[in-house]
Amino acid sequence: MRKGTLKQILLITDGCSNQGEDPVAVASLAHQQGITINVIGILDDDHSEQDESLKEVEDIALSGGGVSQLVYKQALSQTVQSVTKQAMTQTMQGFVNRELEQILGKGQSLEDLEPEKRGEIMEVVEDMGETCDLEVLVLVDTSASMYDKLPTVKEALMDLSISLNARIGRNRFAIYRFPGKRKQIEKILDWSPALDTISSIFPKLTSGGVTPTGPAIREAMYLFSKKSLRRSFKYEDEQPGMEEA
Amino acid sequence: MKMNNQEWKKLNNDVRPGIKLRGKWHGKTYLIQKKLGAGAIGVVYLCEYNGKQAALKISDKRSSMTVEVNVLKSLGKVQGNRLGPYLLDVDDWISPQGSRYSFYVMEYLKGEPLITYIQRRGEAWIGVFMLQLLDALQELHQNGWVFGDLKVENLLVVSSPPKVRWVDVGGTTQIGRAIKEYTEFYDRGYWGLGSRKAEPSYDLFAFAMVFLQIYYPNKFVKEASPQKQLFRKIDGVKALSPYRAILKKAIISNYDTSEQMKKELLQVIYKLQRKNIQSTPGPVHQTHPPSVFVNIGGISILVIIYYVISLLFQ
Ligand SMILES: Nc1ncnc2c1ncn2[C@@H]1O[C@H](COP(=O)(O)OP(=O)(O)O)[C@@H](O)[C@H]1O
Ligand SMILES: [Mg+2]
Repeated sequence: MRKGTLKQILLITDGCSNQGEDPVAVASLAHQQGITINVIGILDDDHSEQDESLKEVEDIALSGGGVSQLVYKQALSQTVQSVTKQAMTQTMQGFVNRELEQILGKGQSLEDLEPEKRGEIMEVVEDMGETCDLEVLVLVDTSASMYDKLPTVKEALMDLSISLNARIGRNRFAIYRFPGKRKQIEKILDWSPALDTISSIFPKLTSGGVTPTGPAIREAMYLFSKKSLRRSFKYEDEQPGMEEA
Repeated sequence: MKMNNQEWKKLNNDVRPGIKLRGKWHGKTYLIQKKLGAGAIGVVYLCEYNGKQAALKISDKRSSMTVEVNVLKSLGKVQGNRLGPYLLDVDDWISPQGSRYSFYVMEYLKGEPLITYIQRRGEAWIGVFMLQLLDALQELHQNGWVFGDLKVENLLVVSSPPKVRWVDVGGTTQIGRAIKEYTEFYDRGYWGLGSRKAEPSYDLFAFAMVFLQIYYPNKFVKEASPQKQLFRKIDGVKALSPYRAILKKAIISNYDTSEQMKKELLQVIYKLQRKNIQSTPGPVHQTHPPSVFVNIGGISILVIIYYVISLLFQ
């Protein structure tokens, strides 16, 4: 298995989109481009996990090939890092399963192997997760309802960087907010290796009443360099999510 | 990744005391007896196989389970292993409803949680368990691993002689990698006091937090200057006063190895003992042997006795 770069969009929101194209459809498009979409839905203290308005959270992640989790803001830090890591493992397992299908035949996956073999393969998956390079584009919903959650989001992102930077592989992070003042999304932090300096630049104020989640994901998708996008179009049968290092 | 409410319900519904659980690959049948505990990724049951008791951990988080099994296997290869329970079987189970689970069977550690043990038996035991734990950590580290998710919930005291053992290798990570699983209160990254890289000092920080947690059962949350806050918390516990300096050094990742920390701990204990002998007007105390359990010097004698015993019995 070659070493490569995983690409993830991490969407942090507290509810459903209400403007622009369907985020679930855009997520599926991004996934085809080799980008994984993880979604964290922040619950208000009086929300329950069954809340219908948050079903979208799960749907976006499902079609984006990623992981979703609903969480009260107290547990945000732990959740953000575990969702990110779990999605990495999931992506790696996806590659492994595709390879296995080639060897064992259609429909066969890691789970169908006897425990001993599964153990050996999981070791490889773990190795890949530890050593691969990772690009995470964080997309923060800063619509009005997010106001009291922004300080916690900032903390959680700094914490995410502590977790990921303990890995052997390299990381790049960028942070965007939506809705932007003039554009769909607006840059908070350009690609950088850590998030420990965001304290002063992270927005304290919200930026509007609408939540254009779909358009925001589309913009974010284009922010992963145009070059790699062209490449994945050219090599259509390339494993999605892995760009050769 | 933690299990959500629905997954919990399903698991608790599928696996109940009294049922028999037959492994898909190895065909062994286990009789589920009672729940021992539940954690982040699964449930642990007491079970019976061939008339012997064992602990069985089951979950539908199958890749997390595989990762834990890999760790238990590696630790099992360590010579003279006393690092957590040994592994007996690994298999899958398909419930009558068709849900797929992974499980593994391990040595049942019949013990009492560290926290209630110390509450019940007194703080004389603190030094004993500190030494035992540092020994075990040293061995683990020398074999290239860091425990990771060290916390009171994962520590049990087994009896005759009393010995602290750990369960849950879900966080156990090869040195040099990123800690796999942690709990915020015990994690130096959360407190802003270090990285989440697996190195011995990561465990030693959690070690110090374990002994704080025993005296602050309700835990506490991070304030603006965490280092000062944690030092203050250490100073606030009388039972920890002999160990203050050592615990503080662990909090700021001052020890590179558990060996260094153990050496200083032994020095503290010997010094306490000497001080006690010098200041004791011998004959009076000889008529009151139980006093040995109350004064600080007595603590250290007990520590050394039990430490030596635990070395003999390992
Ligand atoms: N081998 C064992 N013997 C006795 N009790 C155990 C054993 N393993 C686990 N337990 C009990 O089950 C609880 C949960 O197990 P754990 O492995 O920590 O689960 P998780 O990884 O999901 O947190 C532990 O806190 C402990 O009380
Ligand atoms: Mg546990």
